[in-house]
Amino acid sequence: MAKGMREIKRSIKSTQNTKQMTKAMEMIAASRLKKTQDAALASRPYADKLKEVISNIAAGTKDIDHPMLEQREIKRTGYLVITSDRGMAGGYNANLLRKLVQTLNERHQSPDEYALFVMGRKGRDFLRKRGYAIQEELVGISDSPQFADVKSIAYAAIRQYEEGGIDELYLVYSQFINAISQKPTEKRILPLQEDMSGESSTTEYEYEPNAATVLAILLPKYAETLVYSAVIEAKASEFGARMTAMGNASKNATKLISSLTLQYNRARQAAITQEISEIVAGANAQS
Amino acid sequence: MSTFLLEIVTPERKIYGEEVDMIVVKGVEGELGILPNHIPMVSPLKIGPVRIKKSGSEELIAVNGGFMEVRKSKVVILAESAEFPSDIDIERARASKERAENRLKNIGDYDIKRAQLSLQRALNRLEISSKS
Repeated sequence: MAKGMREIKRSIKSTQNTKQMTKAMEMIAASRLKKTQDAALASRPYADKLKEVISNIAAGTKDIDHPMLEQREIKRTGYLVITSDRGMAGGYNANLLRKLVQTLNERHQSPDEYALFVMGRKGRDFLRKRGYAIQEELVGISDSPQFADVKSIAYAAIRQYEEGGIDELYLVYSQFINAISQKPTEKRILPLQEDMSGESSTTEYEYEPNAATVLAILLPKYAETLVYSAVIEAKASEFGARMTAMGNASKNATKLISSLTLQYNRARQAAITQEISEIVAGANAQS
Repeated sequence: MSTFLLEIVTPERKIYGEEVDMIVVKGVEGELGILPNHIPMVSPLKIGPVRIKKSGSEELIAVNGGFMEVRKSKVVILAESAEFPSDIDIERARASKERAENRLKNIGDYDIKRAQLSLQRALNRLEISSKS
C-alpha cells in the first residue's frame, strides 16, 4: 500500500467522526428549538394578561404617575445583552456583539454613558476581553430557561432604572424570524412606551388597596416578563442558528468525504497499475 | 351550587384551570375569600397559600409573587411561581430557609429584602407541604 493512501484513509475516518458529531448536534438543536418554541407559546398568556390588566388600569385612571412610564432626560443608558453560553452556532453571537459595539460607539462618547448587563458566557468573555465594564452578568442559563433563572439579572437592571442609575433600558438580543434566520435587534423596554391606553375591556375593577399601588407592583413585573420573553426568543434563535450551522457543517463533511474517497480510489488504482506494470516488466526481462 | 373558573398562570405555563366553588387567598390587605359573582377586582397577593374549595374537598397551592384578577365568572391568578404540595421540593425549601436565615443573621451588604422574601417563600412551601 502506498503511503499516501493510508493518510487519505485516516482523514476520511476523522471527517466521518466529525460529521457524526455535527449531525448529532444538529438534531439536538432541532429538538430543543421545538421545545423552546413551545415554551414561548406557553409564556404568552401570562404576559398578555399582565398587559391587559395594566392597560385597564391606565385607561381607567386619569393622570397615572409612575417612574416607569415617564420619559426622563437620558444621561445613562442600560443595555441588557442576551448571548449564548456555547458557540458552534455560526454567526449568532458574533453578529449580535458586532451590532452592540457599533451602537455603543455611535451613541456614546464615553463609557460613563452606558451600563452593560450581560447574559451568556460568549458575550461576557467578548466584552470583558475588550475592556468594557460589565455591571451585572449571568452565565450558565439552562436550555429551557425558567422565569426564576432570568429574574435576578432582570431585577438588577430594572432596579438600576428605578433608582435612577440608568434612564432607559434596551434589550439587545437575536430576534427569531424563523429557524434559518435570526436578526440582531435592540428593543427599548424602559420607560414602558407601549400604547397602554389602547382598547380595553369594559369591566370596571375595584383595586385593592388602590390603582396606583397595584400599578406600582405590576409594572416592574411586566418589565421582567418582557425580559423573560426576550430570553426565550434568544434561545430559540440560538438553536435555530446552531441547527443551520451544524447542518452546513454536516453537508461540508459529506462533500469532503466524497472528494477524499475519490482521491483514495485514484491512489489505489495507481498503486495497482504500478504493481502490474512492475510484474509485466519483470516477466519480460526474464524471457 | 354555582362555581367559577379559576386559572393559575405562571410565566412558564398554565398550572391550573378548573371550575371551583370558592378560593381563599392572602391579599396585600389581608385574607380574601372569593365566591362566584364577586365584584370585579384586582389585588396583588402575598407569598402564601391559595386555598381552593372544590366539591367538598380542599386543595392548597403555594403561590409566590402573584396578583389576582377577579371577574364575575372567572378568576385569574398570575404568579411568578405556583406549586402543588406534591411538587414542592422539601429538601430545597429547607436548605433555602436556612440560607435565608443565615443571611438575615449576619446582615452585611447583602440585600435584606431579598433574603426576607426568600425566607417567606421557603416557609410558605414548607407549611403547605406539611399540611397535605
